[in-house]
Amino acid sequence: MTQATDPVLSVRGLTIDLVGPTRQRGLVEDVTFDVPQGRSVALIGESGCGKTLTAMSILRLLPPELRVTAGEIRFAGTDMVSASGRTLRGIRGGPVGMVFQDPMSSLNPTMTVGDQIAEARRLHLGESRGQARAKARELLDRVGIANAARRVDVYPFEMSGGMQQRVMIAAAIACEPRLVIADEPTTALDVTIQAEILELLRSLQEQMGLAVLLVTHDLGVVADFCDDVVVMYAGHVVERAPVEPLFARPRHPYTLALLDSVPQAGRARTMLDVIPGRVPPAGAFPTGCRFQPRCRFAVEQVCAAPQPEFEPEPGHRCRCVRVGTHELSLEKVS
Amino acid sequence: MTATLQFQAGPAPAVGTARRGRTSTVASLMRRPSFVVAAGFLVFLVVVAALAPLIAPHDPSAQVLEDRLKGPSWSHLLGTDDLGRDVLSRLVYAARLALLAPLISVSVAILLGVPAGLWAGLRRGWVDAVTGRLSDTLLSLPGLAFALAVVAVLGPGLFNAMVAMGIVFAPSLYRVVRGATLAVAEESYIESARAIGCSTRRIIWVHVLPNIAAPFLVQVTILMGVALLAEASLSFLGLGVQPPDSSWGSMLEVAYQNQYDAPLAVLPAGTALVLTVLSFNTVGDAIRDTVARRRDS
Repeated sequence: MTQATDPVLSVRGLTIDLVGPTRQRGLVEDVTFDVPQGRSVALIGESGCGKTLTAMSILRLLPPELRVTAGEIRFAGTDMVSASGRTLRGIRGGPVGMVFQDPMSSLNPTMTVGDQIAEARRLHLGESRGQARAKARELLDRVGIANAARRVDVYPFEMSGGMQQRVMIAAAIACEPRLVIADEPTTALDVTIQAEILELLRSLQEQMGLAVLLVTHDLGVVADFCDDVVVMYAGHVVERAPVEPLFARPRHPYTLALLDSVPQAGRARTMLDVIPGRVPPAGAFPTGCRFQPRCRFAVEQVCAAPQPEFEPEPGHRCRCVRVGTHELSLEKVS
Repeated sequence: MTATLQFQAGPAPAVGTARRGRTSTVASLMRRPSFVVAAGFLVFLVVVAALAPLIAPHDPSAQVLEDRLKGPSWSHLLGTDDLGRDVLSRLVYAARLALLAPLISVSVAILLGVPAGLWAGLRRGWVDAVTGRLSDTLLSLPGLAFALAVVAVLGPGLFNAMVAMGIVFAPSLYRVVRGATLAVAEESYIESARAIGCSTRRIIWVHVLPNIAAPFLVQVTILMGVALLAEASLSFLGLGVQPPDSSWGSMLEVAYQNQYDAPLAVLPAGTALVLTVLSFNTVGDAIRDTVARRRDS
C-alpha cells in the first residue's frame, strides 16, 4: 500500500448526510482510503453500506439531497468537494472515467454507440465528429468488439449486454483517464461475461497504467482482480488492506464473517456460515462500532465507544478496538 | 424528425446493417394504410396552400354579384357564395390559413410548454410545484372563452386568437413533456452523460429531447387538429379571420347564413375541415400506436 508517488485519488474522512425533511446523518461516515496510480482498489460491502454513495461522491454525482458534509476528496491534487461545476465537468469523462452497473440503461437509445463513445472526446479534446468517430472505432476494437468499423453505427439495442458493457468501458477510457470508477460493472451480466469484462478491465489497466476503483459485493471478483480492498459496513470503513493479507488474515470481525459466509466448492453439504441479524437502517446505527449488534466478539462498553483506525500490520488497517488493542486475535478463532 | 423517432425501436432480432432503427420506425409507419392516406392528404394540403395562386381558377375576392349563391358549374366547380365569389378559389386560399393558424398556436404552446415541462421534469421540487399549479389553472379555463376574452381585449384578428389558443394548449404539452422528462431523467444514461462531463444544456438537447420526441410529436399533431377546429370556431363567430380573407370557418358561417337558399353550400368547407382534422388525428394516432407497439415488443 505504501507507494513512492502520491495516490491518484485520496479520500479523507468523507462524510455524507441526507439533508432536507428526512435528514439523516452519517450515511457514510469518516471514510478514508487511497487509490494509488496503476492499482485497482475494491470497495466492498453489502447493499446499502454506502459504497455506491462513496463512489458517486468522488465525481460529485450525488443527488442534491445527499451532501458531503465533511472530509476531503482529492483527485490528482484537485479538491473535488469544493470544485466548481466547470472544473468537475472537465474531470468527469476526462481524467476520470466511470462505468455503471446496468449497461442496457446506461446507453442513450437514440444515439449510435460510436457517437456515444465519441462524445467524451468531442467534449474534452474538442475533436471533430469525424476524428472522434475514427477514435471510437479504434476504441471499440480495443475493448474487443469484432467488426468495429460497422458496429460504430449501430444503436445500443442491437447489442448484447456484454457488448454494451464493453461500449461503456470504451466510453470511459476514451480520453485516456488516470482513474476509472466502475460501479458494479458485472452485476447485470451473466457469469461467463463477467469474467470477460473483468479480464478486459485488467488488461486495459495494465496497458494504460489505469487506477481502478471497483465497487462490488462479489468477493470472488475482488480476489481475482484487485490489489487493495476497502471493506465497508453501514457507512464505515471497517478494514482496508492489500488483497492477500485481507483474505489470509482478516483483522475485523465483519470481514472474517463475510469471508466465512462464502460458499466453498470443497465443503459441500456443510452448513453455510451466515451473519445473524441484518444491516441496521440508516438512522438506527448504533454508536461506536456499527457492526457490534451482530458481532460475535462484541463487548458492550468497549465497542460502544468511537472506534479509531488501528494499523496492526503496516498497510493493514482495521476499525475494531478489541483487535487494535490486541485484546482479541481473530487468527485463533478462525 | 425521423432520427428522433427511432428510440422506440425495440430489441431487433439480430445485429444488422447500420441505421436499421431509424428506417424501421418510418417503415412500420408506412405500412399503415391509414397513416399513408392521412399524411398524404396533409402533404397535398401543403402543396395546395403553397401553390394557391396557380391552382385557384378565380381571384378569391372577386365579386360577381349577379352570380350569387350559384351551384356547381363548369366556370365555378364548387359554386359561388353570397357575394358571387368562387368557392373553390376561396377554399384553396383558405388552406393557407388552415395550416398557418394551427402552426401559430402550436408554436406558442411549444414555446411555453416545452421549456416549462423540461424544467419541471429535471429540477422537480418547487419548480415542478409552481409550473404544475400554473398549468392546472390554465387547464381549468375554457379554451374558447379565454380566446374570446383575449380577442375582446386585443381586438379581433387571427393572430391574436391563435396566440390565445396557444396559451390554452400549453398545459397539455407541458404535462406530456414533464411526464416524459421525469421518466427519462431517471434513466442511467442521463447519469452517464453527466459522468462524462456533459453540461445541463447538452444533456437536454442531446440526451433528453430525442428521447421524449415520440410522445411530444403525438401531442403536437393532435393539437394541430384541435387548433384548426378552434380557428374555425372563432372565424365562424367572426372573431378570427377578417374579411375579405377567407377561412373554412368563415366560409361555413356564410353558408350557414344562406342555408335556405343554398343548402349544400356547407359541404366544401365542412368537408375540407373534417378531412384535415381527421388527418392530423390519424397521423398522431399512428405515431402513438407504432411507438406503443414497438415498446411492448
